[in-house]
Amino acid sequence: MLAVTDLTKSFVSPEGTRVEIVSVKAFALAAGEQVALRGESGSGKTTFLHLIAGILAADSGRVMLDGAEMTALGEAGRDKLRAGKIGYVFQTFNLLQGFSVLENVVLGMSFGPRGADRAHAKEVLERVGLGHRLDHFPRQLSTGQQQRVAVARALANRPKLVLADEPTGNLDRKSGREALALIREVCRENGAALLLVSHDEDVLAQFETRRDFGALNEAGKRASPLNATGESPPQQNQQNRKGTAA
Amino acid sequence: MTLPLIIYRSLRQHALSTIITAGSIALACGLLMCVWMVKTQSQTAFTQTTTGFDAVLGARGSKLQLVLNAIFHLEASQGNLAWADYEGIKRHPAVKTAIPIAVGDNLRGYRIVGTLPELFEKVEFAPGKKFAVAPGGKVFGSAPDAREAVAGAFAAQKLGLKVGDTFKPFHGLAFDEKNQHEEVFTVVGIMASTNTPVDRVIWIPLKGVQTMSGHDAKAATDVSAVLIQLRAASAGFMLDMMYNKQGNRLTLAYPVGAIIAELFGKIAWFDQVLTLVAYLVALVAAGSVLASIYNSMSARRRDLAILRALGARRRTIFGAVVAEAACIGVLGALAGYAVYFGLLTGVAEVIRAQTGVVLEVGAKHAVLWICPLAMIGLCALGGVVPAIKAYRTPVAETLAPTS
Ligand SMILES: Nc1ncnc2c1ncn2[C@@H]1O[C@H](COP(=O)(O)OP(=O)(O)O)[C@@H](O)[C@H]1O
Ligand SMILES: [Mg+2]
Repeated sequence: MLAVTDLTKSFVSPEGTRVEIVSVKAFALAAGEQVALRGESGSGKTTFLHLIAGILAADSGRVMLDGAEMTALGEAGRDKLRAGKIGYVFQTFNLLQGFSVLENVVLGMSFGPRGADRAHAKEVLERVGLGHRLDHFPRQLSTGQQQRVAVARALANRPKLVLADEPTGNLDRKSGREALALIREVCRENGAALLLVSHDEDVLAQFETRRDFGALNEAGKRASPLNATGESPPQQNQQNRKGTAA
Repeated sequence: MTLPLIIYRSLRQHALSTIITAGSIALACGLLMCVWMVKTQSQTAFTQTTTGFDAVLGARGSKLQLVLNAIFHLEASQGNLAWADYEGIKRHPAVKTAIPIAVGDNLRGYRIVGTLPELFEKVEFAPGKKFAVAPGGKVFGSAPDAREAVAGAFAAQKLGLKVGDTFKPFHGLAFDEKNQHEEVFTVVGIMASTNTPVDRVIWIPLKGVQTMSGHDAKAATDVSAVLIQLRAASAGFMLDMMYNKQGNRLTLAYPVGAIIAELFGKIAWFDQVLTLVAYLVALVAAGSVLASIYNSMSARRRDLAILRALGARRRTIFGAVVAEAACIGVLGALAGYAVYFGLLTGVAEVIRAQTGVVLEVGAKHAVLWICPLAMIGLCALGGVVPAIKAYRTPVAETLAPTS
């Protein structure tokens, strides 16, 4: 269902050098499969998910998603594919503050092929236990409830794949566990595959299938020695700047 | 359904700036339409205001002043004509009706004009419309010494005159309390409204003005002007030749409408300035739409990035911002009609009080839809700048956790 091959992405660092962040030879996910990726902070997990979702354009390589090649599409095409096939859950929820709970979920499907469907949005919200909060605004909810809205929004467009980027990172342990269980259940009920990234061992331990993003990402392996030396140049720069200023 | 929702929520979220910006659009739009309509409407209204006369004969002087004084009952008289001059033109074969008027007195600022009862009997002040007296009153009789008066509708209303009321005229065209005549006149009729300058006049018999105590006895048979209806339009040029070119004692103002049109030509610079000001206000208003949306852009970056992450295309985001600007324009344009009607009603009231000419407040004109549409277009155009900024919002960077 999801197949990633030879995917690379690099950024130009503030110092002006090109740094490769993601370099994944092969990664695949079967339909309905649930996998957790373990990776340190800064190892490129978010970038990897952005590439799969088509939010970022890859430098090279392929992302095949449910028969469509994400990496072959232009930006508008990637937006369309994402709107139709992917649900995204963020660490910071990323709810639209000016919109009601129901509207947030409706907007989760508005851009997809099926379009806005309030009745379905209500159903999904009822499923995550927020049927009585439809007209509330995000700020009127607890963080746990906010993440449940985000989960409902991610699943409203009946995605084939749900990407979850540290979805429990902003929640306390108890609501984190609840949120995680909810995401997994709802994905299962909807037949959506789940790819979750986290550095939290407690979260990772819940998954039967765990992969180490550090091992998967070639860029990460090369990056670590680079990082060690990479720490000194900025300091030098700072000293230089101080020197010229004096 | 999605786009209206996004626009509606965004307008709600920035309600204060929405209201202020729409308000400035409304002012600009209302002002523009008002300037335009007052210009075109007053031009038509004034040039069509002849109260049924084709020409005015008066003392040698300005044709415009003659028309203003005799037809609009504004400005001072430029001198008198002898009774013989009146009789001369009355007998002219090209002249259908000739009615003398005498001015020089007022009642608390409203002109008292002496004339003959023929004015009310013979003249149609507009096609098919004759002067009429409201029920319960009558026109003063042909007895030249009758101390009777017929009040124009507007003057009667403002002065609170009723049939049976009496008054002593004040000398001069401007009201001066110390300058009152001794004669007592009785109101015998109130005229029906004509929506012309005549509504502001109090009519008394010609003789009444001519022989008022304190008026020059030597001029007791003079008149201020003669209002003329012609049998055929072509005769006007003949009379024009006769009085203005060959003669040098009198002035014939003909045609009445054209002389007023000349006046509008003379004050054209004034409404050009006004129009320019209105255009500038419109430009500033459109700029304020640009600025208000642009300023809120940094606060909205995250929302826009979230929408993109949910699958919204760049052009959808662009369109949403432009449409939002256009919506502010629509709100402003709608409120602009309220501003327009308010302003125009006020201006029309002032013009009516000052001149008796009535503007049609409900009149239709292309500018009433062109101006709002142009304003909405200008707002949408103003929205393009922030829309470009929205279009360029990078999704991945903007979504990065802000902790
Ligand atoms: N647009 C960008 N420009 C430059 N560097 C970036 C950009 N986006 C991410 N990075 C860098 O890529 C690395 C990986 O980031 P990220 O994918 O967010 O890691 P993770 O999610 O694993 O914490 C970080 O060092 C980050 O600074
Ligand atoms: Mg991350």
